[in-house]
Amino acid sequence: MQIRSPEFKQNARIALTDVGLQKALGNVKTGFPDKRAKAVARMPEFDALRDQARDLKNHILQHLDLYLEIFEANVIKQGGQVHWCRTAEDARQTILRLCQEAGAKTVTKGKSMVSEEINLNAHLEAHGIQPVETDLGEYILQLRGDHPSHIIAPAIHLNLEDVSETFHQHHHKPKSMDAAVLMQEARETLREKFVVADVGITGANFLVAETGSTLIVTNEGNGDLTQTLPKTHIVVSSIEKVVPTLEDMSLFLRLLARSATGQEFTVYNTLSSGTKRLGDQDGPEAFHVVLVDNGRSDMLGGELQEMLRCIRCAACMNHCPVYGAIGGHAYGWVYPGPMGSVLTPQMIGIEQAALLPNASTFCGKCEEVCPVRIPLPKLMRHWRKNEFERHLTPQAARWGLGIWAFFAKRPSLYRLLSRISNLSLRSLAGKKQRIEKLPFGQAWTQMRDMPAPSGKTFMQQWQARNKTGHNS
Amino acid sequence: MSRADIFASIQRGLGRRQASAAERAAVEQRLNAKAPNLIPARGQLSGEALQQLFISMAQEASAEIIELTRIQEVPQAAALWLQEKGIEELVLASDPELQALDWSSTQGVLRREGVAQAGDLASLTLAFAGIAETGTLMLYSHPDSPTSLNFLPDNHLLILRRVDLVGVYEEAWNKLRTQVGENWPRTVNMITGPSRSADIEQKLQMGAHGPRRLVIFLID
Amino acid sequence: MKEPSTQPLVGFFVTCLADLYRPEVAFASIKLLELAGCRVEVPSQQTCCGQPAFNSGDNKNAAALAKQTIAAFADYEYVVGPSGSCIGMLHHYPELFEERDPWKQRALDLKARAFEITSFLVDVRDFTQIQSRFQGQVTYHDSCSGLRELKIKQQPRQLLAQIPGLTLTEMEDAETCCGFGGTFCVKYPDISNRMVSNKAESVHQTGAELLLGGDLGCLLNMAGKLSREGRRVAVRHVVEILADEFAQPALGQAADASLAYPA
Repeated sequence: MQIRSPEFKQNARIALTDVGLQKALGNVKTGFPDKRAKAVARMPEFDALRDQARDLKNHILQHLDLYLEIFEANVIKQGGQVHWCRTAEDARQTILRLCQEAGAKTVTKGKSMVSEEINLNAHLEAHGIQPVETDLGEYILQLRGDHPSHIIAPAIHLNLEDVSETFHQHHHKPKSMDAAVLMQEARETLREKFVVADVGITGANFLVAETGSTLIVTNEGNGDLTQTLPKTHIVVSSIEKVVPTLEDMSLFLRLLARSATGQEFTVYNTLSSGTKRLGDQDGPEAFHVVLVDNGRSDMLGGELQEMLRCIRCAACMNHCPVYGAIGGHAYGWVYPGPMGSVLTPQMIGIEQAALLPNASTFCGKCEEVCPVRIPLPKLMRHWRKNEFERHLTPQAARWGLGIWAFFAKRPSLYRLLSRISNLSLRSLAGKKQRIEKLPFGQAWTQMRDMPAPSGKTFMQQWQARNKTGHNS
Repeated sequence: MSRADIFASIQRGLGRRQASAAERAAVEQRLNAKAPNLIPARGQLSGEALQQLFISMAQEASAEIIELTRIQEVPQAAALWLQEKGIEELVLASDPELQALDWSSTQGVLRREGVAQAGDLASLTLAFAGIAETGTLMLYSHPDSPTSLNFLPDNHLLILRRVDLVGVYEEAWNKLRTQVGENWPRTVNMITGPSRSADIEQKLQMGAHGPRRLVIFLID
Repeated sequence: MKEPSTQPLVGFFVTCLADLYRPEVAFASIKLLELAGCRVEVPSQQTCCGQPAFNSGDNKNAAALAKQTIAAFADYEYVVGPSGSCIGMLHHYPELFEERDPWKQRALDLKARAFEITSFLVDVRDFTQIQSRFQGQVTYHDSCSGLRELKIKQQPRQLLAQIPGLTLTEMEDAETCCGFGGTFCVKYPDISNRMVSNKAESVHQTGAELLLGGDLGCLLNMAGKLSREGRRVAVRHVVEILADEFAQPALGQAADASLAYPA
């Protein structure tokens, strides 16, 4: 996927005036936060579960090498293989090789953000293998040559009309504006693909060390058809997803659906452990787990380590007022919203992603809803600090900050500066008490008025009062 | 190469080379203990209350519940349900318990055993457990229970025994461990209601890729 | 912490925006503190809490300002200010110093003594003697820093509930950010504008004549938007109403326009 994060501001501006997108974004709030709130209200232990989940993830990360070794050994025991990929490039090559070894022409895919992260589809296509996305949202996007704008609702930026038009073009059927009819079309079309696919690729929400299993959650059942019918099942996942036991996985599952869609439980929670057993009538004959690092291990031991707790529920973006205003594409890469503003700089480099950690008011809503209590504002601030230290902060902002700090560190000069500012603002405002056009403050006054100071500065007035004998 | 690089990088991040004996012991201990984490009060029920919770949660997830007493009543109940829907075929799991039933009441319904094919309209399988906290069914793959039956047909009919009802996921995992011993199954399916998607405008539509309907025959 | 005294000495943290834009907020806060039995002083060595530097990644200047603030307020039993955001910044100070740095302990000590005004009145002073002649319908915006960093939600509402003539109508999404975000509103003006437009609409929907809040940054942002959109909603800091100090025009209103809002 082409990186468009450096154009974040421009992307955002376009998004704000995109009528269709704005209409579609209206579905985020009713689709997610309201439902999450209801689900949380029904689970009195929710906050206690979040604390446990945070602590458990911390334990796992401290012992990550050990749990991964045990996971690998158990995958092998179940007849599967584990492939370790340090970079996105390694992962693309590995999966291509596995597909080629399986003689694959068509590959069905369950939804996988890691596969987006490593840009898998383009790589397979370039080598003559046709990947078919089977999640309804992903399928719509693939037909449109589009990319997910959300990690669990990939096509949330589209409206019914868009889907209707796309399906009409590709399915050669009468145009329908009924979502049920459109879904039926996709069901029928994809059913044929499921049956003929040579390889099925899915992601994994969790990797269970105890049993060497991978787990995916889906509501559609596409992930199950993807992994049950073809001869080869490839799981592409990342190293931080390992959990010790099924009990530990259950803890995260209680949080995941409720935080994500507000469901009590996702419809299909499917544990996959190796290959078809002796006597089994169906199931894959080959089982591969491709484990991607791609910058994750470098986050251990530093301030960003906490980000590795993320279970990809999307609650942070669902509740983010910035995401809600501009949608996911504006962020310019795979992971949008607050979690993306922390992860993207790690994966594509802070130079390219410099604007993302700044695109937050630090309102803290993301941290408030995070099921594993990741302090997302603190981690975005970590990147801002990194940018400042590496002189990636825009020069004008640096200078402005420098001049302001010079005064702020000298109380009597700061008082003087406040007095001058106060006087200037008041004279600009005149009797109207508000400024409609502020020199050097267009960013503010283009959209809103600037209320004027109501009088002299407090410090001036306070001193005057004290001189006349008011208490001090 | 990548494997060694990744492990080296992890260990660099953790500020150590090989894990200490204490760290290994902590991991071993956790894996062996399989201790439950916090278990919500909701699922800690028994008897009638447990059953009622299962039924209400499953129904909330849009599963259909048909309460029966004996497994012998299933063929007729299934036939009736299929008739109402105008379905004249049924694929059965190759389970001896199903084979032993008297299917004479299902005349007019074409029965088959084994894996599902694209285009199948209905399947009948046995659930291994029912989990009350979210109205979830647990099934696992074995020679008598092909996984495709759970996903490919348009309608999925299941038999669940009341004695196989448990309160929470953890109980189901323990039950499964006891059942399979060393022979861990290729797949375990936890199913909560029929297939659905809200990918178009966040409006929920039933029957995305998996079954459009999920029917649970609850028996003694 | 020391045994709380009956007449504690409070160092008042003015905050830049109250100093520059709205001295009434500082005076009203001091009045409330005195009513709550405190002795109040305004240390002259205070300037800014340092949040603009901290949020821009300039930890060096943030730490310098933290030290300045810690030193200025070293002798007070409490530090109280009319802003969840600035007091929230004081609570961040410990993050700016290494474990072995002696300033770390001083920062922790300051954090334990630093309170936002409504939280101080309710949580520390258990103050129930609000005397305000205000009459009318208001709505309340929960500013993010106060709400999430300092857990300020019920405190201003408890105080407002003591005013017989006041009706509080909650707005939809009272806890959603108004889009101010310090430098955010000038760095990302388009996104900020969308957020404050949404907020203005929520405010308008309540039918309230007055919008209250505890942070001047957010209030200036919302007042500016409401005024640009020509909405007839006045905006004030909550302490102005609590202290019965609302004779002066509301934020950004000309003196004669204030007549529309009954005292």
